[in-house]
Amino acid sequence: MSAPTPESRPFVTCQEVLTFLWAYLSGELEAEKQKTFDEHLERCPSCVAYLGSYRATIELTKGAFEDPVCEPGIEEVPEDLVKAVMAVRRKE
Amino acid sequence: MLAVARRLVRNEEDARDAVQEAFVSAFRSLERFEGTSRISTWLHRIVVNCCLMKLRGRQRRPEEAIEDLLPRFQEDGHQMPASVDWSEPVDALLHRREICALVRQCIDRLPESYRTVLLLRDIEEVSTNEAATMLGVTENALKIRLHRARQALRTLLDPHLRGAV
Repeated sequence: MSAPTPESRPFVTCQEVLTFLWAYLSGELEAEKQKTFDEHLERCPSCVAYLGSYRATIELTKGAFEDPVCEPGIEEVPEDLVKAVMAVRRKE
Repeated sequence: MLAVARRLVRNEEDARDAVQEAFVSAFRSLERFEGTSRISTWLHRIVVNCCLMKLRGRQRRPEEAIEDLLPRFQEDGHQMPASVDWSEPVDALLHRREICALVRQCIDRLPESYRTVLLLRDIEEVSTNEAATMLGVTENALKIRLHRARQALRTLLDPHLRGAV
């Protein structure tokens, strides 16, 4: 599946900016289109606010599971277990 | 590993089963562990795969539509309503335990296929390529699904975090 792309014209709407925000943020838009997104963001406070809260959402998602009391996270594998596993591998 | 499984399958019994199955699977495929990644990373991926199998095996419920949680627009393409800044910076929000709990609750409200992608990419830090392979979708489809999941989560958080908190 190829990703849909924003329409080719010299400006973009809020709808296009928010729909293709993922491609804009990952630098996957063509240079010309990236520029029209930049220009839109320079004059659209609503899209700038959306972009800020979108980025905050990503950081909050990552941070919300780092609470050591509620979410212990990925436990390290005990060193002894690693050694035992590697010893079995070497024997095989 | 149990914490990873709990996050993904949201059911204690299934989470314990998934971890147990993962360890059995890891033991059986030990010779395929190349030692190029850390053993914890290798085990983590096996646990994630076991959880995804559990999720696939559950009786399928009709998936909740995500459209209601995506941004809305007027006919001319302007946002409706316009977005406003959130009142506090992220690092301040993350110091508040109730906000962390709120974020986790909102993630749980996402439709399952979107929630899974969000967890794989943003929490479990599985690469786009690997997550697409795990879920049997193209990388572009995965990127779009992740974007929609983040947008939906943003919509759920917005009433709590916009303006004065």
